Amino acid sequence: MSTNLADPQRLATPPTFQKVSTSRQIKNGLATALVWGAFLIAIIPLVWVLYTVIQRGFPVILDGDWWQKSMSGLLSKQQGGGAYHAIYGTLVQGLICALISVPIGIMTAIYLVEYGGRSKLAKATTFMVDILTGVPSIVAALFVYTVWITTFGLSRSALAVSLALVLLMVPVIVRTTEEMLKIVPDELREASYALGIPKWKTIAKIVIPTALSGILTGIMLALARVMGETAPVLVLAAYAPFINYNLFDGPMASLPLMMVNERNNPTAAGFDRIWGAAITLVVLITLFNLLATVISRALAPKTK
Amino acid sequence: MNDPVVAKRPARPGDTGAERGVAAAPHASEAPIPPTPEAPVTTKAPHVRPGDRIFRGLATGSGVFIVVLIGAIGLFLILQAIPSLGLDNVNFLTSREWNTTDPTNLRFGILDLTLVTVVVALVALLIAMPIALGIALFLTQYAPRNLARPFAYVIDLLAAVPSIVFGLWGLFVLGPVLFPLSEWLIGNLGWIPIFAKGNVNVQLGGTIFTAGIVVAVMILPIITAVSREVFERTPTMHVEGAIALGATKWEVVRTTVLPFGKAGYVSASMLGLGRALGETIAVAIILSTATASFGWSLFDGGSTFASKIALAAPEFNDARSAGAYIAAGLVLFVLTFVVNAIARSIVAGHKEYE
Repeated sequence: MSTNLADPQRLATPPTFQKVSTSRQIKNGLATALVWGAFLIAIIPLVWVLYTVIQRGFPVILDGDWWQKSMSGLLSKQQGGGAYHAIYGTLVQGLICALISVPIGIMTAIYLVEYGGRSKLAKATTFMVDILTGVPSIVAALFVYTVWITTFGLSRSALAVSLALVLLMVPVIVRTTEEMLKIVPDELREASYALGIPKWKTIAKIVIPTALSGILTGIMLALARVMGETAPVLVLAAYAPFINYNLFDGPMASLPLMMVNERNNPTAAGFDRIWGAAITLVVLITLFNLLATVISRALAPKTK
Repeated sequence: MNDPVVAKRPARPGDTGAERGVAAAPHASEAPIPPTPEAPVTTKAPHVRPGDRIFRGLATGSGVFIVVLIGAIGLFLILQAIPSLGLDNVNFLTSREWNTTDPTNLRFGILDLTLVTVVVALVALLIAMPIALGIALFLTQYAPRNLARPFAYVIDLLAAVPSIVFGLWGLFVLGPVLFPLSEWLIGNLGWIPIFAKGNVNVQLGGTIFTAGIVVAVMILPIITAVSREVFERTPTMHVEGAIALGATKWEVVRTTVLPFGKAGYVSASMLGLGRALGETIAVAIILSTATASFGWSLFDGGSTFASKIALAAPEFNDARSAGAYIAAGLVLFVLTFVVNAIARSIVAGHKEYE
């Protein structure tokens, strides 16, 4: 330090905080702009798609008949009629699928979190759930086709569609339920065991209720996802322009199938029906998404 | 525990907490309680309650079911594809022909399907990868804290739109909008093979170009969601260290977030690729079927595995013809299986993502 004594103005070390050089500032600004840009670019198709659907479909669904009537007896060029038959089909196929998927999905998640541990089977199951998540819907549909129609010789029906949807819904439920069960504190389980409660009862009465809001949210989101699937209905159900309540036999309409079918109808009526069905489907899915939010709010564990 | 009734009664192996209510169970197989003189716990063989055994069986059974299910998908597709493969009059892997109308003279090969499927998926991936990276960085690093969640929700909304709606939008709205651009590309860059005039009418918009863009939009949410999850796990110490060294925001991202999240981002992109390969109805609606075979142009039409099956499925009536499509489905299944397995193994190899 003795050399510095000669010049008291000179700093011993360069200043700690130096100006950020221009090139670094430019790079930083550029990166920020690009990252914001990427987000804005992604918004464009979303808004555009929703705008298209609303603009073309909204006038159609304003008609009260749309929600109460089917296309029964109408010529393809005739205006009017409704999507009641298709709405029924979509909802029923979704619900049957949920009835089958929910127990399997939740039990699998319970196995993975509560019983599996690090066993080989648990690892294999986790891997297979991941693979199942990536199975294309058309492959799921073909699989059910090979089992249901060619092997067992049964006919195309709404139930077959539901079975194909199960393949798509189960992995989603397993994933969300697993995440929810994992965040249930171990203290709760231990307190229950300490009171001598059997493990299964601990899971059924302590763990599941604690995680219930998240699980139900996951189920609703999964349901919203499968209702929009088109490939399974295309392969496994024939379109009917009238209402068919029979799950086990006969053609049954659903909203995606109605859209595919009306594409072959080049008239203005066909155009209206396509976009009417599209907005109805989007509305249904939005409703299920909203329901998921409401449920998660209402059933969230009380923190007080 | 001090309930006199319980204290007086010696515990029998058959006792279960379930029968006597919650608080009055002095022993449980999972939670050993110090034995009291009145109720000595038998320590010989741990007793498993029937309820536990059933429940465990159901849970394990569901796990096994999932594993078996994947095996069954492969098995059934193979079993039903084999007879038709045997009847195939052309090479299944190298032929571009696809003619199954006459079940006694099946001629089907997957070369064209494979090429179109892969090219559509790659176009989608090339577009979606940089944008998804940007969005994931935006949501984890750049977006104002209180807006990050709603913004993430907006991106997830993209995943909630049914794929058939994307397909209709792509065909009726995006296709016509892209037409001038397509025409310009063909006119001015047509000497590059990928921009050459294709085998379908560009004016209708049913090209690989349109399909690729729409599929890109559809795989954005999955790539974004997985990348985001990984980027969020960047150790705070790394980020703070970079900031302390005087790094700008971009330098923090470049030196900490990106190196940490690289493998996760690659894995996310592979998952996106898997989705793109299997995307069915949107592609089936958009892509015009072509009579000429695929010529490496973005403005070609054609069919992917999924769209070919979807368009033919309603007319499945002969087992031999259907078998040809099932064989195509099997190839698609194997393709997506491999891509997804690679994606998962990348993440599984990184313990810091747990």
